[in-house]
Amino acid sequence: MEPVEKFTDAWRHRRDYAIDWKERTGGKVVGYFCTYVPEEILYAADILPVRILGGHQPPNLVAPHVFDMWCPFCRDCLNEGLAGKYDYLDGIMIAQSCLHMRQAFGAWEIHVPTPWKYYLCMPNAVRSPRAKPFLAGELAEFKEAVEEWTGKPITDEALDKGIETMNTNRRLMKQVYEFRKEDNPSIIGTEAMMMVWASQLMDKREHNELLKQLVEELPNRKLERDPGIRLMIVGSENDDRPFMEMVESIGGTFVIEDHCTGSRYFWDEVVPDKDRISAIAHRYCDRIPCPSKDWGATDWQRKRFPHILNLAREYQVEGAILTQQKFCDPHELDIPSLRRFLEGNGIPCYFLEFEVTVPVGQFRIRVEAFLEQIRAEELFV
Amino acid sequence: MAETKYHTKALECWDKAKELRLKYYQDYAEAHDRGALRWEGGAWSFDALPQALEGEVYPLTEEPYGASIGANPEAQVRYQEAAEGKWGCARDLCAYLRSYWGSIILDEYFFGGKWPKADFIFQNHICCSHGKWLQVANEIGGGDVPYFCFDVGAGPYDKIGERQINYVVGQLYDGIEFLEKTTNRKVVDEKLIQNVYNTYRSACYWSKVCELNQAVPAPLDEKSMYSLYVLGTLQKSSEEMADFYVELYEEIKDRVANQIAAVGNERCRVLGDSQPPWGFLRVLRYMEEYGVVSIGSLYTFSLIGWWQMDDTGNMVPYPTLEEQGITIKDRDHALRLLAEGELRGKLMWAPFYGAKFKNEIVKKIARQWKCDAAMIHLNRGCEGTAMHQMELKIALSEAGLPVMTYEGNMADEREFDEARDMRLIDLFLTETMDLKKLTD
Repeated sequence: MEPVEKFTDAWRHRRDYAIDWKERTGGKVVGYFCTYVPEEILYAADILPVRILGGHQPPNLVAPHVFDMWCPFCRDCLNEGLAGKYDYLDGIMIAQSCLHMRQAFGAWEIHVPTPWKYYLCMPNAVRSPRAKPFLAGELAEFKEAVEEWTGKPITDEALDKGIETMNTNRRLMKQVYEFRKEDNPSIIGTEAMMMVWASQLMDKREHNELLKQLVEELPNRKLERDPGIRLMIVGSENDDRPFMEMVESIGGTFVIEDHCTGSRYFWDEVVPDKDRISAIAHRYCDRIPCPSKDWGATDWQRKRFPHILNLAREYQVEGAILTQQKFCDPHELDIPSLRRFLEGNGIPCYFLEFEVTVPVGQFRIRVEAFLEQIRAEELFV
Repeated sequence: MAETKYHTKALECWDKAKELRLKYYQDYAEAHDRGALRWEGGAWSFDALPQALEGEVYPLTEEPYGASIGANPEAQVRYQEAAEGKWGCARDLCAYLRSYWGSIILDEYFFGGKWPKADFIFQNHICCSHGKWLQVANEIGGGDVPYFCFDVGAGPYDKIGERQINYVVGQLYDGIEFLEKTTNRKVVDEKLIQNVYNTYRSACYWSKVCELNQAVPAPLDEKSMYSLYVLGTLQKSSEEMADFYVELYEEIKDRVANQIAAVGNERCRVLGDSQPPWGFLRVLRYMEEYGVVSIGSLYTFSLIGWWQMDDTGNMVPYPTLEEQGITIKDRDHALRLLAEGELRGKLMWAPFYGAKFKNEIVKKIARQWKCDAAMIHLNRGCEGTAMHQMELKIALSEAGLPVMTYEGNMADEREFDEARDMRLIDLFLTETMDLKKLTD
C-alpha cells in the first residue's frame, strides 16, 4: 500500500487505528478539539493525541445540546461523541479556541463519558507581549496535570522527544508540499489533505515513517491528469473529502490551502530552547493564527492575510475558493476583507458555505462556473 | 383589572437613568466640538484607563449602541442591510456588530448626525467577535484609527490567581503606554484611582440591587432592569454612573421594605437568559398579564455586576473597596484591583469556560431568587451570551424547574417570529404553569 493509501486508511478507520494503537503500546489516547493543543507535551507523555473530527452524517443526537446557530463542525464533532464513536478515548481536551468548539467541549464534558478532561486556557491575544509568559504558565500547569494523571514525570528529555516528533512531522509535510509547487503536482490537494488529516489521527512517529517514504517516492510519481486551474482553498476546518475530490475531477487542482486541517496546522515549528515550555509557548503564539485570534494587541491588521498571499504566489495560484462552516464567526468576520485583499492582488475568489453534509452536485456547478470564469480570463489576456 | 395584590409605583430614578444615557450619547457626538477626545470600545472594556487621560474624554461602547439600534426595527434592518449588502458580511454574525458596521457604512449616528469617528480604539476581547468587531469597523472607516485590544479570557472566576491577574495587568500597562503615545496626553493616576473606586461602586451596587430582587414581591422586573444596568455598560468608571447605582440601591431597599412590587399581581417568578429581542420587549409586559415577573438572569445580574460565592455557596454581591477596607495606594494597586474585580466577580464570563459553570450559577439564581420557571431566549444574535443555552435547559429541567425556550435574535427583527413566540408563551404559562390571564 502506498503512503497516500495508508493515510486514507488511517483517516477512514480512525477508531480501529486508535484502538489498535492502545493495544500495541498500552498508551492513553486523548481527543482534542483545536489545533492550539500543544501535542508536544502529550507526545512527551507517550499519549496519542487524536483530533476530534465529524462524521458528516446528519447530527440527530446533538439538537438537545446545541441549537442550530452553532457551526456544523462543532455540532458534528459533539454528535460523534454522543453516538459513542469516540468511546476509546481516555481523555478529552480543548485549547481555548472559538466559542463554537467550546460549546461542543462544554456539552461533551457533561454527557460523553471520558475519564480525563482538560481546558487549556490558550490566550486570545496571541500577539500581545504578555501572551507568551501567560501561556507558558498554562503549559506548565497542563504538564503537571498530565503527570498527575499518568503518574509519570515528564522529563526535559521527554519534552525534547515530543518537540522533535512534532517538528519532524511538520518539516516532512512541508517537504511534501514542495511537490505541490510543480507545474503538474505529483500530489494533488485531496491526497495532501489526507496526509494532514492522518497526521492529526495517527501516531506521528508512524506518520513520519510514511512521510519519509512519500518524500522519496514523489520525485518519480507521475499523475496521469491535467492539473487544470491551480486553486487554493482557504477557510474553516475542512475534512470534506467528497468536495475536494469533486473539484479535482472537474478541471482544478488544489495546490495549497490555509486552514487548520491543512497547512495552518503544521506550518510553524517549535524553535528549541533550554526552557522547553517557553519554546512551545512561543510556537503556539507565533504560529499562523486562526482568525479567532488574528488581531493585534496594538495593531488591527491581520497576520494571516500576507501569509495567504505569499502562499498563493509561491504556489502560483490562479483562483481561491473561500470556504466557511456555516455560522463560523471568526471566518465570517474575515471573509469580506480577505476577498477584497486577494482580489485586489489579482486572485479571483469564490465563496462557499459548508454544512455537515455538502451538496456536491450543486457545488459542482458553482465551482465549474468559477473555473470557467478563470479560463475565460486567460482567453482574453 | 381587579385590585392588585401588591402596591406598585414607578421608579423615582427612572428619568435620571434616561437623562444619563442620552447625555452619554450626546457627549460622544459633541466631544470634538469642545476639544475632547472620543474612543470606541466594548462594554467590558476597562474604561477606567482611557477615562483617566488628561482633559475631557468620551467613550462609545459598541454593544449598547447596537442594542439601541435593535430596539428600533426600521433602523436596525436598514443598518444591517448596509453591512450585509455593501460590506458583504454574513447575516448570522452578531446583530449588534452588523448594526454598528452599518452605521459606519451609512455614515449615520443613530442618535443624530453623521458617524462620529473615534480618535482611538480601546477594546476588550473574550468572545470571538470582540477584537474583530472594531478591527473590521476600523477597516470600513479607512483603517486609520489607532487600535488597542486586550484579552480577558484568562480563566473562570474560581481559577483566578496571580498569574491570571498578571496577564491582564500587564496588558493594562501596555494599554496605558498606547493611550499616552496615541493621544499625547498623560494618564493621571488620581483620576485612574478614582475611576477604579467608581468601577467597584457601579459593579457592586448593581449586584446589591439585583440581590434585593430576591424579595417577594420583586421590586424590579427584568424589563426595567435592562434600562438600569445599561449605564454600567456605557461608563462604569464615571462618578455619575456610580452615584446613580448607590441612589438606585437606596430606592430599591425602600421598595422592598414597603413591599412595592414591579408586578402588582406577582404570582409566578421566572428567570431569563441572554439578551431579549430588543424590538419586542412587549413580550415581557405581556407575561405580566398572567402575573408573571421575570426577576432577572445571569446576563442581567452580571453583565456589569460583580458577584462572589459565600461560605454556603450562595451568590452574593462582590464587596466594594470600602467594604473590603481597601485604600488604593498607587497605579499598580489600582490596575490589580481592577483586573481582580473583573476576573473574579464577573460571573457572566464563566460560561465561556464551560456549560458546567453556567449550569451551576443559574441553578443558584433559580433557588436564591425563588424562581418557579425559566424562559430562555435562544438568542441567534449573540454567541457569547447564548453559550450553552440548551445545556442550561437540561440542567434546570433536571433540577425540577419548568423551562421553555423560544428562538429569536436580540437585535435582528427578521429572526423573531412574534406571533409564534407569543403563542409559545401562552402555551407554556397556561399548560405547563397552569396560569390564567388575570385580565380575562
